[in-house]
Amino acid sequence: MALYSEKVMDHFKNPRNVGTIEDASGVGTVGNAKCGDIMKIYLKIEDNIIVDVKFETFGCGSAIASSSMATVMIKGKSVDEALELSNKAVAEALDGLPKHKMHCSLLAEEAIKAAVKDYYDKAGIEYDHEMFKDLGEHDEDED
Amino acid sequence: MKIYADNAATTAMSEAAIEAMTKCMREIYGNPSSLHTVGQTAMEELDRAREEAASLLGCRADEITFTSGGSESDTQALTSAAAIGERKGKKHIISTAFEHHAILHTLDALKKRGFEITLLPVPENGLISPDAVRDAIREDTCLVSVMFANNEIGTIQPIREIGAVCRERGVIFHTDAVQAVGHVHINVVDDNIDMLSLSAHKFHGPKGVGILYAKKGIRLSNVIFGGAQEKGKRAGTENLPAIVGMVAAMKEACDGIDKAKDYLIPRRDRLIDGLSKISHSIVNGDRDSRLPGNVHMCFEGIEGESLLLLLDDRGISASSGSACTSGSLDPSHVLLSIGRPHEIAHGSLRLTLDESITDEAVDYMIKNVEEVVSYLRKISPLWNEKVSGEREFILN
Repeated sequence: MALYSEKVMDHFKNPRNVGTIEDASGVGTVGNAKCGDIMKIYLKIEDNIIVDVKFETFGCGSAIASSSMATVMIKGKSVDEALELSNKAVAEALDGLPKHKMHCSLLAEEAIKAAVKDYYDKAGIEYDHEMFKDLGEHDEDED
Repeated sequence: MKIYADNAATTAMSEAAIEAMTKCMREIYGNPSSLHTVGQTAMEELDRAREEAASLLGCRADEITFTSGGSESDTQALTSAAAIGERKGKKHIISTAFEHHAILHTLDALKKRGFEITLLPVPENGLISPDAVRDAIREDTCLVSVMFANNEIGTIQPIREIGAVCRERGVIFHTDAVQAVGHVHINVVDDNIDMLSLSAHKFHGPKGVGILYAKKGIRLSNVIFGGAQEKGKRAGTENLPAIVGMVAAMKEACDGIDKAKDYLIPRRDRLIDGLSKISHSIVNGDRDSRLPGNVHMCFEGIEGESLLLLLDDRGISASSGSACTSGSLDPSHVLLSIGRPHEIAHGSLRLTLDESITDEAVDYMIKNVEEVVSYLRKISPLWNEKVSGEREFILN
């Protein structure tokens, strides 16, 4: 289908790192059911390194592909590197997304940030709250 | 296995239509407006096509206007009826919330021109009641427009009864019959229809051609201005090959309605029954008063576009009312109109069959939809939270 690049289709059809982590160091959920996409990222962090990452996604093809690609890009990286992952980088790694699908890559970026925030909160690590201030935007507002 | 199950979007062209068109393209290239023999030969062919189309709809040849398709016919029907109303000081129009956008967007434009629009709410079964139309008609109502069959959920409206209500109150009645012509029996006289839109490519005809039927006495306003074609109401040299192809397809489809119904309805129902076995799913639209080839379902916990793409990967061409296929954030206005919550409307699937469907293909679709839904649910946090009890299920 010409809508998506081959890379998007590959990550959509054969998503990497799908699943959950029972004893996750941090879990982040963004999006909502009403808008048609929810992303949940699980991080296992040891010595500030993301040793494992899993995701679950409810959403369209590009949402699933973006989650998959984002997990690949942060696995084995430090938490600080993961925080620097931008939605643009995810979209570029997928050889581009259609314009109206760019929000899917943004969800992936934000899901990772939300999971890191959860890790900081659980581990009692101090952080600059400014860094995570926009994540609330996509939170639940079901009706 | 390759299965094309998106016949509500468009159909494969029939051999009869292709043959009629290619013959016309080879042999009848004249301009029907030319006075010489080559031109007049084309005019004769155009007349023949018009007569045939008229007889298939049960109207007179001079009540047929050839257009570029459903959207143009809808636009011209509504703007013409509105202009007639305006001249009489009647500026109220009644339609329904689940019309095609060709109707809804034309109504938006008329609203900007000072018309008042009442969009009737749609009950969960997707059937507009004639009483609801009767109750909505006012002294200043100039037009009622109700689609013959819905393009997503396939429900067939009680058109004859709605038409009778409009007759009784002296209001022009238009129906967008794009999904219905060639699939259900229509006779504009018996069915009390004043104006009707149809599109050739929905019944195995070519794309880019359609008809606007307007009962004699209803003055059409131009959408396209220019030459004197179509009694001056639709300018532009007639697309004769397309018109001839349309009428050939229309004849074949209309003649074969009963046969197609007998073949399709049992297969449609088997498909619906099979898909209904998937847990937390629901059929959209009335089970009985629906197009013979229409299957429309929602599956909780998944999103329609991903379902659609994975089915495509397995050789099944389907459609979804999902927002993600259209690029907007809101899911199908049709599903919202029948009361499906956003979350459920996102997980929709439309399978529209034609007579090429086999029993084997029906079984293949059931099996593959089951597998793909189950896979997508497994990776869906929404679904998993419902299973674990963190969220409540919406569908049984």
